Amino acid sequence: MSKLLNVSASPHVRSKETTQSIMADVCIAMLPATAFGVFQFGFHALLVLIVTVAACVLSEYVFQKMMKLPLTVSDMSAVVTGMILALNMPANIPLWIPALGGIFAIIVVKQLYGGIGQNFMNPALAGRCFLLISFAGKMSDFAMDGWTGATPLAQLKAGETVDVAAMFIGKIPGTIGEVSVIALLIGGIYLAVKKVISLRIPVTYILTVAVFAFIFGKQDMTYVIAHICGGGLVFGAFFMATDYVTSPITPKGQIVFGVLLGILTGLFRIFGGSAEGVSYAIIISNLLVPLIERFTLPTAFGKEGKKS
Amino acid sequence: MGLATFKGGVHPYEGKELSENKPTQILMPKGDMVYPMSQHIGAPAAPLVKKGDKVLAGQKIGEASGFISANVICSVSGTVKAVEPRRVASGAMVNSVVVENDGEYQSVEGMGTDRDPSKLSKQEIRDIVKEAGIVGLGGAGFPTHVKLTPKNENAIEYVLVNAAECEPYLTSDYRMMLEEPEKLIGGLKVMLQLFEKAKGVIGIENNKPEAIKKLQEMVKDEPRIEVCELMTKYPQGGERSLINAITGRKVNSSMLPADAGCIVDNVDTVIAIYMAVCKTTPLMRRIVTVTGDAIANPQNYNVKIGTNFQELVEAAGGFKSEPEKLIAGGPMMGMALFGLDIPVTKTNSALLCMTKDEVAANEPTPCIRCGKCVSVCPSHIVPVMMMKAALKGDCERFEKLNGMECVECGSCAFICPAKRPLTQAFKEMRKTVAANRRKKA
Repeated sequence: MSKLLNVSASPHVRSKETTQSIMADVCIAMLPATAFGVFQFGFHALLVLIVTVAACVLSEYVFQKMMKLPLTVSDMSAVVTGMILALNMPANIPLWIPALGGIFAIIVVKQLYGGIGQNFMNPALAGRCFLLISFAGKMSDFAMDGWTGATPLAQLKAGETVDVAAMFIGKIPGTIGEVSVIALLIGGIYLAVKKVISLRIPVTYILTVAVFAFIFGKQDMTYVIAHICGGGLVFGAFFMATDYVTSPITPKGQIVFGVLLGILTGLFRIFGGSAEGVSYAIIISNLLVPLIERFTLPTAFGKEGKKS
Repeated sequence: MGLATFKGGVHPYEGKELSENKPTQILMPKGDMVYPMSQHIGAPAAPLVKKGDKVLAGQKIGEASGFISANVICSVSGTVKAVEPRRVASGAMVNSVVVENDGEYQSVEGMGTDRDPSKLSKQEIRDIVKEAGIVGLGGAGFPTHVKLTPKNENAIEYVLVNAAECEPYLTSDYRMMLEEPEKLIGGLKVMLQLFEKAKGVIGIENNKPEAIKKLQEMVKDEPRIEVCELMTKYPQGGERSLINAITGRKVNSSMLPADAGCIVDNVDTVIAIYMAVCKTTPLMRRIVTVTGDAIANPQNYNVKIGTNFQELVEAAGGFKSEPEKLIAGGPMMGMALFGLDIPVTKTNSALLCMTKDEVAANEPTPCIRCGKCVSVCPSHIVPVMMMKAALKGDCERFEKLNGMECVECGSCAFICPAKRPLTQAFKEMRKTVAANRRKKA
């Protein structure tokens, strides 16, 4: 034995999973929805995707270079942010808008608060909400060839009927990534199978919305299913509400979080001015995560019961 | 109902195939034998011999020096060369008796004679176990005679044999179950003689089907003994996890297993009890798995306690490639070694030689709050929050988060995708908190 041995405290083995591999899995899981969006909305949707991802990655790189911080671009978290933001854009948006959103998401929401793991809101969603408020018209213009641009939820709110089967497949107007429930579910199941996410948040979230819609909306199955399939709920539930950094780490907290999301979404959709509410529900709930965690800490093993 | 198990845990690469089908070989020591006086939890033993003394195999050379302490037995015959501090696996220097082996293995009078345990009183059995220097051979090294003397012996409802062997790579307990099952059952019967109200349960992970089959066959006519098949999951063999899996009871850091009506001992400990009580042979040997991808011929050895680790490596054909990390024990809880010039002690279950150090190969990155550490923790505590307290050195917060319930199993640090040194930080904190408590007391 010529060289010195490594010595450190146990454990001496590590799982293969890394931050990078998890982020790569999230990207893979979004591919079906992305492919569907590009297929349905055309080449411009692909351009939106490329520009948004590039804006996110570049702004992270430039910011960290300027601040002389360690580079974390290779962990792929900026790519995930870029993809989520892009999939939340209408396909015909002028390219500078998502680029601006990406820069805002990465620099203001993520890096200024300390980078990966430190942001208190989902950066992509905060970026989207920033754009929604700033460019309301362009951000909710879903008019494409052959479609009037009214989303199913807007139709529902106006008292019209909707085609649930078309919503499930995705033959509806909406943002690039939110329209096809089936494509999103494939990605969601991939994440669950790979154990990247637990189903606690998405399932409680979607169920709560369904129950809320049933109680406070219409006691009609088509209506309830339309609420589940529409407005990016499936996208939000599987890909945005499950963001590690901005969701509770405690198992009980995740269920509370899911229910809270469902109630807020239902409130915004049914009693609010707008037909949608997923994005706002998620970023508001993000703010309550520390509180939720505080009250849902698991009981230590063997400390259950009165004794403690 | 599924297999018995606990909530939490991880599935590291098992690596048992390297050595599980290698029958144990007896390894005769060549060089000097070193007997550290502290191979157990509690007060170190007091040396009973001095330089120049002749000693025999089976002779007591270290006397237990407190209530929680254990005797040390010489495993060869020869001459005491020195009584001096020597390096042990933990890296510490421990007062040790060094014996020059004369190669004759003359033993003390009466060693090896058969004894009928049914003719012994409970106190006699406990005294024999104490004299034999038996401690928990699973790794903790808690003196067994203390464990066998609970406050209320009638409250003991279970005598559990920990045969989970959940640490990756380790196969010594497995080999013993296949090779000496009658001694295991014999030892368990002796223990059941002490606890008349108790049931004996042997808990084995289901990645050892042959051992399960063999023992099930052997206990089918034993009304008080049964075999419990456990899910293969780390740390299934942790004392608290094992009790929970088999009995559904829960033990926390301020309780002893006896408080939940359980006595838990691992396979080799139970065999040691059998050897001491029924064969008048004190604890002198240790089954060691020598394994890992750096070693030429992974093997299980029946080693005399006190043998130098270097001899284990030579017996296993040396290194086939340069080792980067050597570990006494398994990869999850074993101790990394500074070198091989250390003796095999009572609790050394394995020498694991790895060509790659996965810890050094992965730089820690920022926590992404994935919560995986929370879901794998067998103590149901929140490693991610404890880590924040640990980084600030905030003992109060660490204790509030039940940091002292941590069993240092390593599951959180194993699973962490950001490769953060969680368990490592908690070990440090737990030591600090324990030291502070002692100061206050």
